[in-house]
Amino acid sequence: MNPVAEYFGNIYRGIKTAMIGMQITFKHLFTRAVTIQYPTVKMKLPERARNRLYVNMDDCIGCDQCAMACPVDCIDIETIKSAPEDNLGMTSTGQKKRLHVPVFDIDIAKCCYCGLCVYPCPTECIKMTDVYEFSEFDRHNLIYSFSTMTPAEIETAKVKAKKMEEEAAAKKAAAAAAAKAAAEAKAAAPPAPSPAAGEQQQKTE
Amino acid sequence: MEQFLKTLIGDTLLNHVIIAALPLVFILLYALVAIYVEMKMAAHMQDRLAYMRTGWHGVLQPIADMLKLLQKEDTIPAAADRIFFILAPYIVFVGSYAAFAALPFGSSFIGSNLNIGIFYIVAISSLVVVGIMMAGWSSNNKWSLFGALRAAAQIISYEIPSAFAILGVVMIAGTMNLQELSAAQTGGIQHWMIFGGTLSLMKKLIVIPVMLVLFVVYYVSSMAEVNRTPFDIPEAESELVQGYMTEYSGMKFAIFYLAEYANLFAVSAIATVLFFGGWASPFASAMTGPLWSTFWFVAKGMLLVCVNIWLRWTLPRLRVDQLMYVSWKVLTPFAFACVLALGLILVW
Ligand code: SF4
Ligand code: SF4
Repeated sequence: MNPVAEYFGNIYRGIKTAMIGMQITFKHLFTRAVTIQYPTVKMKLPERARNRLYVNMDDCIGCDQCAMACPVDCIDIETIKSAPEDNLGMTSTGQKKRLHVPVFDIDIAKCCYCGLCVYPCPTECIKMTDVYEFSEFDRHNLIYSFSTMTPAEIETAKVKAKKMEEEAAAKKAAAAAAAKAAAEAKAAAPPAPSPAAGEQQQKTE
Repeated sequence: MEQFLKTLIGDTLLNHVIIAALPLVFILLYALVAIYVEMKMAAHMQDRLAYMRTGWHGVLQPIADMLKLLQKEDTIPAAADRIFFILAPYIVFVGSYAAFAALPFGSSFIGSNLNIGIFYIVAISSLVVVGIMMAGWSSNNKWSLFGALRAAAQIISYEIPSAFAILGVVMIAGTMNLQELSAAQTGGIQHWMIFGGTLSLMKKLIVIPVMLVLFVVYYVSSMAEVNRTPFDIPEAESELVQGYMTEYSGMKFAIFYLAEYANLFAVSAIATVLFFGGWASPFASAMTGPLWSTFWFVAKGMLLVCVNIWLRWTLPRLRVDQLMYVSWKVLTPFAFACVLALGLILVW
C-alpha cells in the first residue's frame, strides 16, 4: 500500500474505531445493570443446587451408607442396637428402624458438597437444602449434630444393648458349652466355631 | 475576590493563605466527586452498579475510602531510599497543585494573575515527572522503575504536541494570560477559541477545522500527560502493578491518587480555557457574573473530565511503541502543521 495512504488510513481508522467504541460504551451507560444486589436480593437457586445438608432423623435407619460414600469422611455415625421390645417406629418409606442413632455429626466445614452421600440413602432422609449462608466465627460450630436422642435416652439404650449383649454372650457360652459337651461326647468330631457368634462379637465391639 | 478579601481583612498574610488554600479545598471536594463519578460511569458502562451500600447509591463511598486510606499503615520498604521515597508523592502533588495557581476559576478569582499563565502551567507541571522519577527510583523495585521511566518518556514526548496546540491558541489570542484569554472569549459561544475566537467570519471558516485538530491534539496529549488509559502504561496494573506507586501505601498512596485527579482537572480546565471559553458563559450576556462564571468554569471542566473518564473506560491500553508512534508521528506533525497554517492565516 501507498505509505501516505497507509499513514492517513491508520489515523482515520484510529479515530473511527475510538468513536465506535465510545458509542458502544455510551449505549451501555443507559442499559440496565445486570448486578444482583446479593444480600437484599437473592437469585433463585436451581432446583438441584447442592448446599447445606439436612438429615431427617425420623427416617434415618442408621445404615451408615452415607458415611461410607463420603469421600472426605465428614459424616460420623454411631449406632446402638435396639432391644426387641423397643419399637423405634417406621420410616416414611415403610422400613422398620432397628438401630438407635446417638451420634450423627456432619462436619460441614470439611464437606465438599459433592452430594455423594445423598444417593445411597435407602430412606432418602439425608438431602441437600437451599441454605448456603451459614458462616461461623468458630470452626467447631460447623459440626452439625443431627441426632435427636437425649443423653438419658442414649444411656438407657446403651444399658439395654449391653444387657442384650450379655444375654447373647451367655447364650453363646451355653451353646458353646453344649457344643463342647457334644464334641466331648463324640470325641472324634473337630470343633467348629459358630459363624453367628463371631459376627455378634464384631457388631457389639 | 482578592479585592474583596483585602477590604475584609486587609493585605495580610492570612489573605494570601486563604487565596492559596481555596483551590486545595476545591481539589479535595472535586476528587471525592470525580472518584464517585468515575466509578459509577465505569460500572454502568460495563452494566454493573458500583457502590450501592454506603448512603443513597453509595454516595458516601469516596469518603469511606478516604477514611480507610487515612487509617492504613504507611509502610516504607527497608531497601527504599527513605528521603526521596517520602518526598516523591508531595512533589507530584505540588507539581499538579501549582498549576491551579494560574487557573482562572471565575471572572474575579484567580490565584495569581500571571501574564505568562499558560507558560507557567506548562513549565510547572513538568515537576510531576521529577516526582514520579523519584518515586520509581527510590522504591528500589524494578517494576516501579520501569513505570517511572515509562512515565518520564511518555510525559516528555506528549508535552511537545500539547505545547504546540497551546501555541496555536496563544497565537490567535495574542496573550498567555489565562484571565485575559477567558475574558476575550466572552460574548457568546461564537467567540470561543474552538470557533476561531474574535476573528472575522472569513478567517473563522478556515480556522475552525484547524482549531478542532488542535483541540484533539491537546486533549489526547493531555490524557497521556495524566497517565490515564489508554495511555496508562506507566501504571499498567496488569503488567507493572501500578508502576511507580507499587510500594506506596496509606496516605502517600492517597496523595498520588489525589494528584492524579487534580492533574486530570487541571488539564481539562486548561482545555476549557484554551478552546471553550474558560469561565465565559455560552449565552452572550446571560448568566454572567462572578458566581456564574465560576459555575461555567467548573461545569465545563467537569464535562471534559467526564469525557476523559468515558474514553478511559472505552479504550484498551496502547503498547509502548504505539504510544511513541502516536506522539511523534501523528500528534507532533499535525500540531506543527496546524500552527503553520494558523500563522499563515493570521498574517494574511
Ligand atoms: S456432600 Fe459429599 S462431602 Fe459432603 S457429606 Fe455428603 S458425601 Fe460427604
Ligand atoms: S444413608 Fe440415610 S438412613 Fe443410612 S445412615 Fe445415612 S442418613 Fe441414615
